[in-house]
Amino acid sequence: MLIGLIALHFVVGAMASLWARWLGRNAFLLAALLPLGGLVGLVVEAGPILAGATYVETFSWIPALGVSLTFRIGLLQWLLGLLVTGIGTIVLIYCRWYFSRPPARTLGLLVAFAGAMLGLVSADDLVVLYVFWELTTVFSYLMIGHDSSRRANRAAATTALIVTTTGGLAMLVGIVTFGILAGTYSLSGILAAPPHGLAATAAALLMLAGALSKSALAPFHFWLPGAMAAPTPVSAYLHAATMVKAGVYLAAAMAPAFASVPLWRPVIAILGAATMILGGWRALRQDDLKLLLAYGTVSQLGFIMLLVGLGTQAAAQAGLAMLLAHALFKATLFLSVGVIDHSTGTRDLTKLSGLARRMPVLAVIAGLAAASMAGIPPLFGFLSKEAALDTLIKLIGSGGDGTGFLPAAAVLLVAAVVVGSMLTVAYSLRWWWGAFGTRRRVEPTPVAHTPTVGFLAGPALLGLGCLVMGFSGAPLTDALSAYVATVHTGEHPHALALWHGFTPPLALSALALLGGAVLFWQRDGVARVQGTFPHMPAANDFYRTTMRLLDAVAVEVTARVQRGSLASSIGMILSVFIVLVGGTLILMPTWPVLPVAYDNLAQVAVAVVTCLAAISLVTVRGRIRAILTVGVTGYGTALLFLLHGAPDLALTQVLIETASLLVFLMVMRTLPKYFTDRPLHSSRWWRMLLAIGVGVTVTASILVSAGSREATPASAGLETAAYEFGYGKNIVNVILVDTRAWDTLGEISVLVIAATGVASLIFLRSRVPGRRPTRATTTNQSNGAWLRASQSLHPAARSLIFEVVTRLLFGVMILVSIYLLIAGHNLPGGGFAGGLVAGLALVVRYLAAGAKELDEAAPIDAGRVLGIGLFIGAGSAMLPWAFGGRIFQSFDIHLSIPALTAVETPWGVVNLFGDLHLVSSTVFDIGVYLVVLGMMLDLVRSLGAGIDQQAEEERTPMPRPESTTALPATARRSGGAR
Amino acid sequence: MTGNVTLAIVAGVLIAAGVYLLTERSLTRILVGVLVMSNGVNILFLIAAGRAGDPPLLGLFNPDTMADPLPMAMVLTAIVITMAVSAFVVTVAYRSFQLNGHDEVSDDIEDRRIRELAERDDVSDSFEDISFSDTGEDRVSE
Repeated sequence: MLIGLIALHFVVGAMASLWARWLGRNAFLLAALLPLGGLVGLVVEAGPILAGATYVETFSWIPALGVSLTFRIGLLQWLLGLLVTGIGTIVLIYCRWYFSRPPARTLGLLVAFAGAMLGLVSADDLVVLYVFWELTTVFSYLMIGHDSSRRANRAAATTALIVTTTGGLAMLVGIVTFGILAGTYSLSGILAAPPHGLAATAAALLMLAGALSKSALAPFHFWLPGAMAAPTPVSAYLHAATMVKAGVYLAAAMAPAFASVPLWRPVIAILGAATMILGGWRALRQDDLKLLLAYGTVSQLGFIMLLVGLGTQAAAQAGLAMLLAHALFKATLFLSVGVIDHSTGTRDLTKLSGLARRMPVLAVIAGLAAASMAGIPPLFGFLSKEAALDTLIKLIGSGGDGTGFLPAAAVLLVAAVVVGSMLTVAYSLRWWWGAFGTRRRVEPTPVAHTPTVGFLAGPALLGLGCLVMGFSGAPLTDALSAYVATVHTGEHPHALALWHGFTPPLALSALALLGGAVLFWQRDGVARVQGTFPHMPAANDFYRTTMRLLDAVAVEVTARVQRGSLASSIGMILSVFIVLVGGTLILMPTWPVLPVAYDNLAQVAVAVVTCLAAISLVTVRGRIRAILTVGVTGYGTALLFLLHGAPDLALTQVLIETASLLVFLMVMRTLPKYFTDRPLHSSRWWRMLLAIGVGVTVTASILVSAGSREATPASAGLETAAYEFGYGKNIVNVILVDTRAWDTLGEISVLVIAATGVASLIFLRSRVPGRRPTRATTTNQSNGAWLRASQSLHPAARSLIFEVVTRLLFGVMILVSIYLLIAGHNLPGGGFAGGLVAGLALVVRYLAAGAKELDEAAPIDAGRVLGIGLFIGAGSAMLPWAFGGRIFQSFDIHLSIPALTAVETPWGVVNLFGDLHLVSSTVFDIGVYLVVLGMMLDLVRSLGAGIDQQAEEERTPMPRPESTTALPATARRSGGAR
Repeated sequence: MTGNVTLAIVAGVLIAAGVYLLTERSLTRILVGVLVMSNGVNILFLIAAGRAGDPPLLGLFNPDTMADPLPMAMVLTAIVITMAVSAFVVTVAYRSFQLNGHDEVSDDIEDRRIRELAERDDVSDSFEDISFSDTGEDRVSE
């Protein structure tokens, strides 16, 4: 149910633009139903969870890696779930009035965020938790950068993303370490049996680093004020009430088991206290109501983190109480700022005046929340702060309440928190007075829109919560006891209550209130003192310097590595190959036994010819000669295939070699005869060195690696499987159309893309170059020509012998190609070879009588052949699936045609295809056949017929005589016009 | 299992010739380099397939003496793809002649720009150095 609810958040979020169009602003109310559903679900489960039970839901996700979608709700998760769903509901309802036109983007992101956050606080599997963790980061990034046209927004969004994901990556390392140490990724499993040792300590601290960055503790705090660039309801939800609490949640979940690892408590105590004071200090300087709250949030997060991370029973109780109190009052305050901003159009406290009289209800609500933040009795903030001070005073006792803190350190900590509380009181007063007070020298601010009841309902509900919860000491103590019991350090705390008698915490509270009041009373003096402080190099500056340095280093490295010349890039890649692979070979202590010299003597003969051809290639200057020479190496390779026992390969290689030879020659006829003549460059020598280096490395490494092979070949067992599952006797073909059919499907897709690329480079616009007129020429022929279109050629260009041979050969070639296609499953052949033979037949027709003859032979657009082929290929993959099989599963059918099993012929009784063994994968092979045929047709039509047509229109390049360059087509045409 | 020296040398020579041609500037030569190099790489697969043997055709030959079929299937698709891709390269060369009168690969302009940035010790265009700390305001959509 929980999994479904979380998934539903994402679905509804993805359809946000639909809701926004149909329902307008009310889409927010619809969206609010989701977190509301979650809230109801959690409240229903309240009984067993408060009694200490857990609610578990599991769905196996990646069994091979042991990752499962396990959601586990204990008390801690339940409390955070209440915050996420409860405040989520209120914020979404509030948005209905905040936005005048519904921003579908913000709506969708908010709903999806609510889902991710619910997942985060309930996920038990740490990998899943990490996924949700980063999802919240991404949604926060998108919402901070909601107006990406403004530089400040972009910078703020990027900073938030980079800082929190950096912490997240540290956390991921910690998670993986824990996964390896504990043998499980389950959070509850790891907490139940925490691993020990140096690695476990490091992992715990890395996860703490992730938590600190997410919860904006110093020195990571600077992203949070920037995040205020997001719309105010978003800030209220993400950057005050929930997302920044993710770090707190993680620390609270881990503290019972890991608070005692080295460095954990000192880090939490120092950073928490420092953040509390730093945030409060800077909050006093802000004039923007929202920024003031943002720094206040930084300060409070430091305080809460300090409490939940301490890992004593008293701290656990106080920390959770503080967490709830903060969520209530901070959400109220943010939503109040939204109302003020919406009503008056400003948030600047130097411009606001007299709002208390104009918006009395809001002033009271916000006053309650601000008083709760300041810790004034009898509000919730006072209740929790009393408990917190009590916790910290306990640390001064012997043994530091089980934490081992020295008394001096504990006293310092208490002093820091009291100072932080004073600052909190001061900025709370400053905020309320700034928002609602009446200034003498400022005109009363006009209220453009009086807030409606619905707009105020959310803040009012939360504000009242601050008051009501103040009296909930006893039930809240009971509720938190299930979590407090999981902590085994320190003595059991007092029950939460407003009045414990005249105790040290009460005295400290009074001191903080008094100090804060004085700070506020003397605010002008404080501001002057703050102004005299020198500008300290802040974490923010460090971040900016680092990012600038990173970018500059990237520019430097790119400039060094990427010189812009293709040759030097290739050279660099290959040098790395030589150094790494060659170096490994040199450092190998023993080389395997000496390999065999050759398999048979014919191999040696072919090898010699192939090598000679390859070497001569280096010095060849003529284009056509180069193409022919490379053909020699190709045919040589085909012979080597044959000698190795690979007839399929040899057949395909010969066909391919022939086809490419023809295709390349078609292009070469329009290009200059010789390659560009370059003066013998000194670079020639290092290129030669590079070539030899690569060649030697390849030879040595293949011999060593082939010799060191110990594993059984992956193809072992295929000789039986090929027939049992693929129903074919030609194992290579079975591999192509069955075992590795996915691979083949990908490869024929590459063929389609390459052929389309060729056609689009030649025809530029359409693949069918004026094919229609050819129809006319076909009607008036009855003079017994061997090829119909041959009359369109110049008589001198015709060759009767060629025409006759073509006429006779074409049908035979097509027949052979079909034979290869069908027989290929059991004998050498298959779709590739068959398609190539058919394609070659088309090439022959073109060569014999030109473009029109090609259209005669194949009156169809090559793109259609390619498309149909790919469709058949993919369709045959899906077909078994439609009938309940697996994708690409093969089936066979035995057909017996009685009339053909025994046919009387002059040479005796012959079985003429009477017993047919049809295999479904042949359909896939037909797809391959059509794609290869389509590719050949496209090539010959583009590079043959297309270039012919361009030559007629004088659009081909014209080779300059005795030169290696040509006249470009553009220059040629303008020259012709002159 | 052992390698075959003859085949390894052929592969090495073909690849070396390919590397030499690949570092040329003329696209046609680069194409020839790709072709000869891919022949060499396909021969490497033969070596990986082990000793020469009988064709992998069931019923006609004894499975114990057959050559390994798996590398063959990989090479078969590689051959066809090489042809398709090299046809594309040769078309690019033709187009280059059609437009420029030569088929030389020129240096990348963007890389030269980056080099100039590096000489000035500058940052890239995508870098934005802004302080946001006191601009945290959003726009209410009214």
